[in-house]
Amino acid sequence: MPKSEAKITGARLMVELLEEYGVDIVFGYPGGAILPFYDELYKSTKIKHILVRHEQGAIHMAEGYARSTGKLGVCIATSGPGATNLVTGLTDARLDSVPILAITGQVATNAIGTDAFQEADIYGITIPITKYNALIKSADDIARHFEEATLIALGGRPGPVLLDFPKDVQTELTNVRKSSKLKINPRHYQKPPISGDLDSFAAALNKAKRPLLYVGGGAINAHASKEIRELAEKGNIPVTTTLMGIGAFPGTHKLAVGMLGMHGTAYANKAVLECDYILNLGARFDDRVAKPGEFAENAIRAHIDIDTAEFNKRVSVDHILHGDLKEVLKVLIPKVEKVDRSPWLEYLDTIKKNHPLEFDDSSDSIKPQAFLQKLFEKSKGKAIVSTDVGQHQMWAAQYYLFDEANKWLTSGGLGTMGYGLPAAIGAKFGNPNSTVICVSGDGSIQMNIQELATIAMYKKGVKILIFNNNFLGMVRQWQELFYEERFSESEWNYNPDFVKLGEAYSIKGMRVATKSEVEKAIDFFLEGDEARILEVMIPAEEKVFPMIPAGKSQKDMIEFSDTLRTGKK
Amino acid sequence: MKHILKILVNNHPGVMSHVSGLFTRRSYNIDSIAVGVTDNPEISSMVIVVKGDDSVVEQVKRQLLKLPDVIDVEDLAYHDCISRELVLVVVQCSDSNRTEIISICEVFQARIADLTKTTFTIEFSGNTRQVNHFIEMMQKYGIEEIARTGQIALRYRS
Repeated sequence: MPKSEAKITGARLMVELLEEYGVDIVFGYPGGAILPFYDELYKSTKIKHILVRHEQGAIHMAEGYARSTGKLGVCIATSGPGATNLVTGLTDARLDSVPILAITGQVATNAIGTDAFQEADIYGITIPITKYNALIKSADDIARHFEEATLIALGGRPGPVLLDFPKDVQTELTNVRKSSKLKINPRHYQKPPISGDLDSFAAALNKAKRPLLYVGGGAINAHASKEIRELAEKGNIPVTTTLMGIGAFPGTHKLAVGMLGMHGTAYANKAVLECDYILNLGARFDDRVAKPGEFAENAIRAHIDIDTAEFNKRVSVDHILHGDLKEVLKVLIPKVEKVDRSPWLEYLDTIKKNHPLEFDDSSDSIKPQAFLQKLFEKSKGKAIVSTDVGQHQMWAAQYYLFDEANKWLTSGGLGTMGYGLPAAIGAKFGNPNSTVICVSGDGSIQMNIQELATIAMYKKGVKILIFNNNFLGMVRQWQELFYEERFSESEWNYNPDFVKLGEAYSIKGMRVATKSEVEKAIDFFLEGDEARILEVMIPAEEKVFPMIPAGKSQKDMIEFSDTLRTGKK
Repeated sequence: MKHILKILVNNHPGVMSHVSGLFTRRSYNIDSIAVGVTDNPEISSMVIVVKGDDSVVEQVKRQLLKLPDVIDVEDLAYHDCISRELVLVVVQCSDSNRTEIISICEVFQARIADLTKTTFTIEFSGNTRQVNHFIEMMQKYGIEEIARTGQIALRYRS
């Protein structure tokens, strides 16, 4: 019998297809309903499986891997609780447009809908949080679903997809190894043709005296860094990035004005207020950045995006170009004129000088801002940095500068505490020769701290920095500023000894509390390619500035210097 | 303002929840929804009536087009299409008003599908305005039960 007609099990086919698509690493956790697949995976020489300690860890690792390599991240879970543990990660990947393929086991088809042991309707549960999902009812459909799912995950605006495989479908025999006809429209995976009026778009930009580029995560997904730099340099246009866009434009470039938004730099937010033309490149006017009706209200607003649903969603714009950002910029740049914009750039330089990122470093306690500046210096800005969510995340965004894309891994849209550690592990698997640092807080790190075991088991040299203030720092900051210092449930009166906890997993660690120890501590931290835990004790009252209160606009920004005037630090 | 969206989707299970779920989670209000298969058994047609200004409906359309199972979305303006809705109404009747109800049905060209000693079951189809009007007329006799299909619509051909 020729090979193509020979029947194989669904599970065998799943593994063969993953191999065929070039997937060489998957993150997962076995269980009853996915065992036929794991049995076939056991025989694979091409796919390395990383055994995690919690399925949420698996999907965040897949995210860290995908974001740092630009490839598809794959995670595996069993049915029921295994599958539902993926929900947070799927939502995270959906909001930050990360290409993820989640494979879940499901109870056998004849048991579906009977509330069987470990049954959950993961197809139904994940409809709103995936870009595409499917429950596969026959082994003959596997090939087509795999192809559709991977094309959708990576195509257009990337996102997570989930395929749910009943156990009997995994053991069913099939000879359909290739999909014959895809059922989805090519618009879901092919690059869209460029649409919009390029000439009027460019003309408005050329006329602008004070233009500003506002770069989002879409720029990283489109691999458009080179083109953005070309556009900025050709037109002498300053560049601000969103939290997700960090790295798409070199943070140390003279045209960089840093991050904008709630905790963006004062000069970026002032640039937004005073520009006369703002060009959004793959960002989505998120509510942490833009208040509808007040965002860049004196400027002509223009937007380039691959997702038409982002146009005029929250903020109305004057000019629209739809298409892949890299392709659009390639045709737009020749139409952009070299304009001398030195008055605007000089003005921004003055603002930069007069409104720098500030903090009070006069006491002997360690200031996280200064610490991160030092870490940036000592790691020469070359590290891949993942973060959790909170104050440490914002300080890292402000003080660790990135000159390259795909080196900043953070949960932007969903704000997922517990993201940082597994994302760093995934990134380290994808970039074994890079220094990978997880910047976390004493609150966040405990949300997926069980993955220290994964680091120990695979001997991955992930560097874990924990800023410890015995508080949920950002919650405390809000309570201090907006809830009259009623610190409701934000103080931790019990933290583990993080250094000893590391030791339990054979991970070396160190705790520092005074400035004099910082230099040595960072050297110890970065030394070699071994995992390290560095616990840095910081003052609980330290805050992130500047800050735009939630729901307010750039005009309402509170700067560090304002707090000096009011006596509140 | 109301808009009629005609949505072509792949005809397989789950698509309906994908589409209606999108409306729920983005809090777009569905006025009515009607689904049926087209002449191609692999494709279904959904007619959804939504309330909202042009920018809301534009956003609905774009979000719908992001769903892989959605093939096409057409925004039919009210004046530009033939729309119909079917309603079944059970109306109370007595010897004294039976003829009156029958004559109203004649005016509306509604069909009496069933009758008992005390009730009429009436079938009526028309555009939403006519259906509402017919129901209003019947209310005075006492409506026991009612079932409406939601609107279906097609663009006028020129």
